[in-house]
Amino acid sequence: MSKDSRRLLPIKLLRWFCKPEYFADIAGDLMEDYYYQVKCSSGRKAKWNLYKDVLLLFRPSMIKSFKGNQKLNSYDMFKHNLIVNWRNLRRNSGYTIINVGGLAIGMTVAMLIGLWIHDELTYNKYHDNYDSIVKLYRKQLWKGEAYANNNHVTATGTLLANDYGEHFEYLAMVRAKVENRVLAFEEKKFTQSGYFMQKDGPHMLTLNMKYGTRDGLNDMNSILLAETTARKLFGEGNPVGEVVRMDARWDLKVTGVYEDLPLNTEFHQATYFAPLDRYLDGWANLDTWKDYNMYVYGQIQAHTNIEGINEAIRDIIADGDDERLAKDHFELFLHPMSEWHLNSDHDDGKLVTSDQMSFIRFYALIGAFVLILACINFVNLSTARSEKRAKEVGVRKSIGSMRIQLIKQFLQESFIVASAALVLSLVLTTMLLPWFNEIAGKSVELLWSSTWFWLSALLFTAITALLAGSYPAMFLSSFSPVRALKGSVKASRFSGISRRGLVIFQFSVSLALIIGTIVVYQQIQFAKNRPVGYLREGLIELRPRSPEYRGNYQALRNEFLKTGVVEEMAEANYSVGSDMGWNNGFDWTGRDEDYDPSFNTIWVTHEYGATVGLEFVEGRDFSRDYPADLSGILLNESALAMMELEKPIGEIVNFNPGWRDARNYTIVGIAKDMVKGSPFEATDPSVIFLSKNDLSWLYIRIKEGVSVGEALPKIEKAFATIIPSAPFDYKFVDDMYDAKFKEEERVGSLAGFFSAVAIIISCLGLFGLSSHVAEQRTKEISIRKILGASTTQLWQMLSEEFVMMVIASCLVAMPVAYYVLNGWLDQYPYRTSISLWIFGAALGAALLASVVTVSYQAIKAALANPTNSLKSE
Amino acid sequence: MKRYQLGEFEEIVLLTVGILHGNAYGVTIRREIESRLKRNVSVGAMQTALRRMEQKGYLASEKGESTDIRGGRPKLYFTITDLGKKAIAYTRETRNELWNAIPAAILKASNA
Repeated sequence: MSKDSRRLLPIKLLRWFCKPEYFADIAGDLMEDYYYQVKCSSGRKAKWNLYKDVLLLFRPSMIKSFKGNQKLNSYDMFKHNLIVNWRNLRRNSGYTIINVGGLAIGMTVAMLIGLWIHDELTYNKYHDNYDSIVKLYRKQLWKGEAYANNNHVTATGTLLANDYGEHFEYLAMVRAKVENRVLAFEEKKFTQSGYFMQKDGPHMLTLNMKYGTRDGLNDMNSILLAETTARKLFGEGNPVGEVVRMDARWDLKVTGVYEDLPLNTEFHQATYFAPLDRYLDGWANLDTWKDYNMYVYGQIQAHTNIEGINEAIRDIIADGDDERLAKDHFELFLHPMSEWHLNSDHDDGKLVTSDQMSFIRFYALIGAFVLILACINFVNLSTARSEKRAKEVGVRKSIGSMRIQLIKQFLQESFIVASAALVLSLVLTTMLLPWFNEIAGKSVELLWSSTWFWLSALLFTAITALLAGSYPAMFLSSFSPVRALKGSVKASRFSGISRRGLVIFQFSVSLALIIGTIVVYQQIQFAKNRPVGYLREGLIELRPRSPEYRGNYQALRNEFLKTGVVEEMAEANYSVGSDMGWNNGFDWTGRDEDYDPSFNTIWVTHEYGATVGLEFVEGRDFSRDYPADLSGILLNESALAMMELEKPIGEIVNFNPGWRDARNYTIVGIAKDMVKGSPFEATDPSVIFLSKNDLSWLYIRIKEGVSVGEALPKIEKAFATIIPSAPFDYKFVDDMYDAKFKEEERVGSLAGFFSAVAIIISCLGLFGLSSHVAEQRTKEISIRKILGASTTQLWQMLSEEFVMMVIASCLVAMPVAYYVLNGWLDQYPYRTSISLWIFGAALGAALLASVVTVSYQAIKAALANPTNSLKSE
Repeated sequence: MKRYQLGEFEEIVLLTVGILHGNAYGVTIRREIESRLKRNVSVGAMQTALRRMEQKGYLASEKGESTDIRGGRPKLYFTITDLGKKAIAYTRETRNELWNAIPAAILKASNA
């Protein structure tokens, strides 16, 4: 009587849930009991009891663990894998270096970009009330279009504080501009940037006070200093109670010193905060509806929301008493601090994605691409070398490895490589950060002490390892053991194609980045070579803020000329490097009735043209020989084009600006256009007036042939004799002009860096692949050589495939690059065109890099002694 | 003192293994308990007790012969280890101490 347990369902059930080490004897006992009962009583009762017993066996102490029926010693397996991985990595040290190095470079770039983005996203988070601080905006309809603006009249802020103060914890008006003022203590004087702010400001911004209190702006004659400013003026120690002199006019008592605001805050330029009343002193008050020169900041009450307050304050100006304002359809709304930096561009009165945000997305994309390039190297090298490991997989499988274990083993290897890359990339990042900060204009640091940083670094490493390792792991573990051991595993044709595809992708990205870099630099060069209409070299700009300056024009000029190093000196009411100052209300013969364009208007002294180096196309410069020139004007070519005057010299232009009486002016001369604003924009039409009063900007031209080092001390001495109270804070106009390219040059250097990294990573991969190919074809090469192939032919044969891939990637990269870059250039009115040679140069660079890379292996293989390789079998 | 911990059912199983001396495996242990104590014993409860005491070191097990009726599966014989003997001795001793400590009058009263 054979007792087949398979017929008994309860036993099957027991086998399913019972711990396997208990199963055999318990099942034996149950069956023995069952058949005993069958014999003694009825079969039904026996079966019933069997079911009952099995069900009662379903208890925690009997149920097998969920982790699988074998108790594998996973630690030992892990250790074993580690040893095998280590041996394998060491045996192929060349490939390991390529993998780790490539991944490390990719991760470094990704980490730098990550830190940069983190810095951008934590903008303003320094302030404790980050979540509740707001900035006031107004929306205004003008010619059917809505404009959002954050400049306000003081009356708006006062109205908000008086009638709607219950919504706000704090409310502070701030002068809507960084103010550069001279701060002096005893003999020391410095031009410092800072803000004029109402007394709630320091509380709202939760300034971290080192000395004094946040109540420091209550008195009109007080000032709060940043730590560095205080140290510059007073050295170490507590300066509270000392007195600084501002602009040689006001004595302000230091009431507090605050920790410097970090670079990624809205107010990072604030090296001091002074009371707003000090700024308004004498010429304006807190209740004027005229000048739009204030920002209004507030901190909303806890437990209120912005929408509710917006609802309450929206129409308070439109519904107000002032008729002119009511007509303008002002709507007020609040803009939360979290959105200021990355999300404050308004179009048609609505929020749109800012340039800053687009930059972040763009760089994130590049970071991802570079990382993917590095992962591709890993994937390609692992799959290409799969034949090498086929035997290992075959042996492992035939002694019982499960596929999941093999996958684990291969993934473990890629985790090791990725972890090594992480360590290396941390080192690289530390080394590169100072340089990166310089070109990115940031002060980013590695966040060594942040848990989040480490968590994300590890997560990031894990993702990289999975990204790079999962395809090889799946692929290698899929070999059938029989075929693998027979040695008939050939990398499938598909894997060869996909490998080529990946290489083409790598080179497409590299090529696109190279093309991008060239175009950015070409655009910069194009704008730099643009005629600017004045002579930048040897021109010094100064803005002396001191009452001693007024009325001393001739004295100053004589003093300068006496030094013998100064060619000429002049003044203007706006900087030559800025396009500020606009007016309409001009009238000339032949003007269309409805045509009332704005012109860029500046006032200058007689010597301006000679100092700055204006070039005249018609007429002449202002001259002291003609007293009538005080009612003369100069036009530039753009302005002349707008006025469409046939014979401009001597024509009368009427100017009625609205803020004073209309007057007639005679056109004296036509100057070439001056590039004053952005060098990428079209030049502005401008009108230049003559002034007999002193103007705020001072220009000094150094004599040609005199060195700057020689001229500056003499000029400074002359300056100090006339205006001792102001510091000699000069700027070179050519430096200022070069600074206008800062944004573009930043994009250019970053693009250059990224494309260098991309091409290095791609070439590393190519190097690995070509050495693999050369290794695989050693026999073939030897036989060819014996049969008479020359080194050149062999080199050609081995390089051909890779060159074709680079050319193919060209076809992918060029249209994409052209499309993207054309879009980028389109934002500049003054732009270069993308010429064909750029593509040629990029292709040439990529070809050169790839051929050099591949040739090393190809020539090495071609030069090897054929007998050596043929002998070894 | 927690030196030897034995639950009531565990104690019964341990003693039964001792009674069966050399013939103690799942089926016999169960039958012995059921016939002596007139109570139903579930295989689950009994096996749990056996394995627990094996883990504690009171019992040792040994694979025995397999029979056809068992579907070719071996019997698992249990024997009491020295530790197990100490454990029941200890249990008995503590019980006796308790018995001895009860005044005779109270026992009489409760019997009446």
